[in-house]
Amino acid sequence: MAGGIGSGPGKSARTYAGFGVTLILPAWLVIGIFLVVPIGIMLVYSFLTKEFRGGVIWEFSLAAYDQFFFDRGLFGDDPPKIEWTYILIFWRSIWQAGLATLLSLLIGFPTAWFIATRPASTRTIWLFLITVPYWVNLLIRTISMKFLIRDNGPLNTWLLETGVISEPIHLINTWVAVQLGLFYSYLPFMVLPIYAAVERYNFALSEAAADLYASRFVTLTQIIIPVVKPGIIAGCILVFVPSLGSFLAPDLLGGAKNFMIGSLIDEQFKGAAGNWPFGAAAAMILLSMVLIVLIFYARSQNRQEGA
Amino acid sequence: MMAKKPDLRRFPGFLPLTVLCVFLLYAPLIIVAVYSFNDSPSITLWGGVSLRWYEDVFWGPESDKFKQAAINSFVIAVAAASTATVIATMAATAMLRAGSFRGKGASFALINLPLMVPEIVTAVATLIFFSAIGFTTGILTILIAHIVFCIPFAYLPIAARMEGIEDVYEQAAQDLYATRWEAFRLILLPLMTPGILSGFLLAFIISLDDFIITNFVKGAGVETLPTAIFGAVKQGIKPNIMAISTLLLAVSILFVTLSYFSGRMGQNRK
Amino acid sequence: MAESQGAIAVGIDDVTKLYGNFTALSDVSLAIHDNEFFTLLGPSGCGKTTLLRCIAGFEDISKGAIRLYGDNIADLPPNHRPVNTVFQQYALFPHMDVTRNVMFGLLRLGRSETEARARAGEVLELVRLSEFADRMPAHLSGGQQQRVALARALVPNPKVLLLDEPLSALDLKLRQAVRLELQQLQHETGITFIFVTHDQEEALTMSDRIAVISDGVVQQVGSARDIYEEPDNRFVADFIGETNLIEVSVAEVAGDNAVCTLPGGTRFACPAARGAHSGQGHLSVRPERVSLVDPSEALLTGTVTRLIYLGTDMHVDLALADGEPVTARVQNSSQTTIPAMGETVGLNFEEGAARLLVD
Repeated sequence: MAGGIGSGPGKSARTYAGFGVTLILPAWLVIGIFLVVPIGIMLVYSFLTKEFRGGVIWEFSLAAYDQFFFDRGLFGDDPPKIEWTYILIFWRSIWQAGLATLLSLLIGFPTAWFIATRPASTRTIWLFLITVPYWVNLLIRTISMKFLIRDNGPLNTWLLETGVISEPIHLINTWVAVQLGLFYSYLPFMVLPIYAAVERYNFALSEAAADLYASRFVTLTQIIIPVVKPGIIAGCILVFVPSLGSFLAPDLLGGAKNFMIGSLIDEQFKGAAGNWPFGAAAAMILLSMVLIVLIFYARSQNRQEGA
Repeated sequence: MMAKKPDLRRFPGFLPLTVLCVFLLYAPLIIVAVYSFNDSPSITLWGGVSLRWYEDVFWGPESDKFKQAAINSFVIAVAAASTATVIATMAATAMLRAGSFRGKGASFALINLPLMVPEIVTAVATLIFFSAIGFTTGILTILIAHIVFCIPFAYLPIAARMEGIEDVYEQAAQDLYATRWEAFRLILLPLMTPGILSGFLLAFIISLDDFIITNFVKGAGVETLPTAIFGAVKQGIKPNIMAISTLLLAVSILFVTLSYFSGRMGQNRK
Repeated sequence: MAESQGAIAVGIDDVTKLYGNFTALSDVSLAIHDNEFFTLLGPSGCGKTTLLRCIAGFEDISKGAIRLYGDNIADLPPNHRPVNTVFQQYALFPHMDVTRNVMFGLLRLGRSETEARARAGEVLELVRLSEFADRMPAHLSGGQQQRVALARALVPNPKVLLLDEPLSALDLKLRQAVRLELQQLQHETGITFIFVTHDQEEALTMSDRIAVISDGVVQQVGSARDIYEEPDNRFVADFIGETNLIEVSVAEVAGDNAVCTLPGGTRFACPAARGAHSGQGHLSVRPERVSLVDPSEALLTGTVTRLIYLGTDMHVDLALADGEPVTARVQNSSQTTIPAMGETVGLNFEEGAARLLVD
């Protein structure tokens, strides 16, 4: 068909032109009032003074940020030293999230590729299998993992019975358990965007590479991965960001020694031991880290589109 | 016979990795589901098949707590998903059918903001917000928080569906003397139905599943299923938890399946 | 002939359509007569569909007026304009059966369900689709869908029917059959048809008059014969059919006639298009009007560079002395001698066969 007039510069006057603001207004109001404004108030709270039974006193203070980065001794009058406790919790969150992302990528990419290259009929089934856990309650999935890897849980029982090990592997309340939980929680988030990218991949590119004497490995590294990279990056973001702020996996699987940012923040709002300004400050720091990741992502997307 | 041509789509090891991936995703869930039928009061030893823990969930000592939590969860999920679906449908119409308007660029970011902000941050911000304005936490605060994060989940399938419907149908309707409202009601809305249904179902599941935000804004005494389960698990995993988890798992699978097929149904008709 | 009927159905007065910096239509003026089959013809992206959509009301115009039997309709929304459109891909409502699709317009105009259903039945009979009345559009063939689209647009009895490349989605055979049907339908209903196409054969065979459009500008308006035989400018001559454009120097233009010098130095008198001027110019000569003769008695001489056998015809590509290509199309018959490759031959054409164009 010739034609393609509609694709000319400037689309037609749209059906509901002029109603845009009215139609978008409810979304703006709800998200604006109940998310954007709260984040603003949270920022304000992070600069307030803590009230001992939870809540705040309306007095400007840098105490929350100071407490995060500096140790001033028991009575707060020692010369400031770097406070490592919270920085280490953040650092642990970053590498745990990073490792979970890497592991998910290593298993998620082959899975996404395999599914996308199936014939249409079986592809639907595979895709459905990956999609279902994506929507299953995260709490239940974390509980399942906890049940599975307990010292006398099914995994250890089975390994003992088959004689692979002679005494139970202690996984629960270790960083490995947290890692398993994160990896397990967010694995589908890696597969789906890569799948979407591979589905659009033009296999003639592989044929052209093979025709030009590329080996399978060279085709994978020089052609396929660069072409589907936007999907890979999207998948990595979707695993890394929620892992970073994860609460359930460290809380249920990691115990007290494997705190991550999520558990640290949570603790500040529970009961009398809480410290709201400090919790708000930690949440702001987490949010800033996520925003930095997202800005890098947006930049890389723009570069892709510009190229 | 000629030698089989090498298939360039195939990489050695990808099939086993895929099988491993699916296995990893399902193994814990299946094990919990299996153990929920365990007759033994110990969660470790296998004592034969029975439904006693399901009986316990529905009629046991904790059943009232779980029933109330389930009712709360369901009411909140229906209300949050419905509201979010209406808002998301309007927003999608604005984004895809209303040409350009002030703030359109920012709107897309705003709609997706709840997806980008870590849940724990949203939870903290929402709690602080309600506390700052002196609003008592309870069912209503849970509902409001759920509507916010349900909007992008409802928006995605709705917008995807609307993008797939050419605006020539609405133009044809207008050409045939339909007003804009008639073009929306008689043409766009019916064509959108699979996407709207899909959006509603996903928003419903997301609301039903939410733990972190709910846990922060629920206030004293109000529980949803996830917070009730979490509270119980803190005292150790008991068999009745596995039964209730399995039930919730079944609900999730049911809804995803419905949503999946409503989306595909729409595609087929196009 | 349509032109003799006075009333102007659609008047396009100085219409300009801008998309940002891009000019889609530039000062377009057209008078489309009552009961006329009028075609907008041009290449992809020339603005013909934009003009149609401006008439339908899907595009706002930047300047000018669109009149329907004298009334300016440029500011009315599409649902207040008594014109209907047959869309390129038909745009049949996929969730309504054939009857519901056809009834749609009547119901919006406030007709009763019963009346709309009865009228839809009549029109479906007219387009021979009665037996498909309760099918869904997806279960119809392309040709059937096209007829439903036609029925749906005709049933409200519009003053003007707009057709946006309605045949482009059909296969070749069907297209030829539908052309005749469309023409017949136009005669039967007496509705003014404005038909958009990029296919010149479609335009030439169906239309009372054709407007050739390029780059948002109307290049020429006239009957099929007018625009083929008497093209006004290079674009029209080149776009409609095949032609040779021979560069000449024009000594003088007097009214409809010009005197010019051909590349070999021969002086030649021929008809001139309105607006042609002296200086450098181009003659258009259709290949079938070029005859091959002995070089001694010819207007031009050229060397044969390529011979293409086309069954009834032979295409002879030649190069003039200065290298300019010319094509002649000669019949394969016992009387004609086909020259050999590399042979130098003479080229002749009658005065009336050539036309001095506006560049």
